[in-house]
Amino acid sequence: MKFAIQVNEGPYNHEASVSALNFTKAALEAGHEIFRVFFYHDGVNNGTRFTSPPQDDINIANSWSALADKHGLDLVVCVAAAQRRGIVDQGEQERQGKDGNNIAPGFRISGLGQLIEAGIQSERLVVFGD
Amino acid sequence: MSEIKKFMYINRKAPYGTIYAWESLEVVLIGAAFEQDVSVAFVDDGVYQLCKGQDTTGLGIKNFSATYRALGDYDVNKLYVEKESLDARGLTLDDLMPLKYEDENDDYAEKDSIRVVSSKELAEIFDQQEVLFNF
Amino acid sequence: MSILHTVNKSPFDRNSLEACVRLAAKGGSVLLIEDGVYGAMKGTSKSDMVTNAMKDLTFYVLGPDLKARGVDEGKLIDGVKVVDYSGFVNLTVENDKAQAWL
Repeated sequence: MKFAIQVNEGPYNHEASVSALNFTKAALEAGHEIFRVFFYHDGVNNGTRFTSPPQDDINIANSWSALADKHGLDLVVCVAAAQRRGIVDQGEQERQGKDGNNIAPGFRISGLGQLIEAGIQSERLVVFGD
Repeated sequence: MSEIKKFMYINRKAPYGTIYAWESLEVVLIGAAFEQDVSVAFVDDGVYQLCKGQDTTGLGIKNFSATYRALGDYDVNKLYVEKESLDARGLTLDDLMPLKYEDENDDYAEKDSIRVVSSKELAEIFDQQEVLFNF
Repeated sequence: MSILHTVNKSPFDRNSLEACVRLAAKGGSVLLIEDGVYGAMKGTSKSDMVTNAMKDLTFYVLGPDLKARGVDEGKLIDGVKVVDYSGFVNLTVENDKAQAWL
């Protein structure tokens, strides 16, 4: 079955992104397809490569990147939410005239239409948030 | 994309205290371009989103309440408000913004977008949807 | 048509579980995750609400979230079923849509 996942909260403050990560892994293990993981609200903070949690803690951004690498996941960070919160890729860096970017590997920044499209194309939408 | 799905956006949070209400409304507006069968539900503190007289000048942040008035122009005209949530908060329909749309199937007659429904009715409406968006 | 409802808030903190029970149509499933798992415990001020709702809804609780919080399965309301993440995935497949009571 084809799933879309929506993540509304950033890593660490809320369990939501860990729940989403574990759900996504379990769905993949069961042979389901993840059409897209869409990061919205503070969920966009999952997509920075600049986090460096303590060694004995989970690195949530890296975990998403590793999962995307292994399974070819489409990890989409909402552009409007990202602009508010300072998640920047190469394109946004150039468009907004920022002095760097911080998007993590496997993530891409795109529009809200990607969430709507995921709702249309997927058979199930599962939302994790606060 | 020719497939039309029954989409419902469910709002349970008050405006301003957190950003969920505003960013949820942004999704509804963007989603309108996809021409799905869209409805929006306001339950629990979500009903506060539709209250009249919002004025954020003292906060210095954006007052997005006027944006709800634009929903009718985007063919988003099924706004379900749970009666029990209004009652619990001492609110009535008169406390909410009068949101209208023009019904193109009825000579563009102006109609109310807000439909106050009971919990039981809303539960059935949820059941009839295909995709539920939560914020 | 049936809905898998997920509730991730403690019923002692927020009204998510109460709202879910009020607005879930008969035949639906409720999965308690994250802090929502506290709603599955017996002998609390919220247990009766859950027990009454079980006439119309099937209740599940996410095992890894229970364990993380040190909640023994023996403390769960009778009839609440424990699932793991793969069970969570199955519940989303068995129901035709999911509703998160955030």
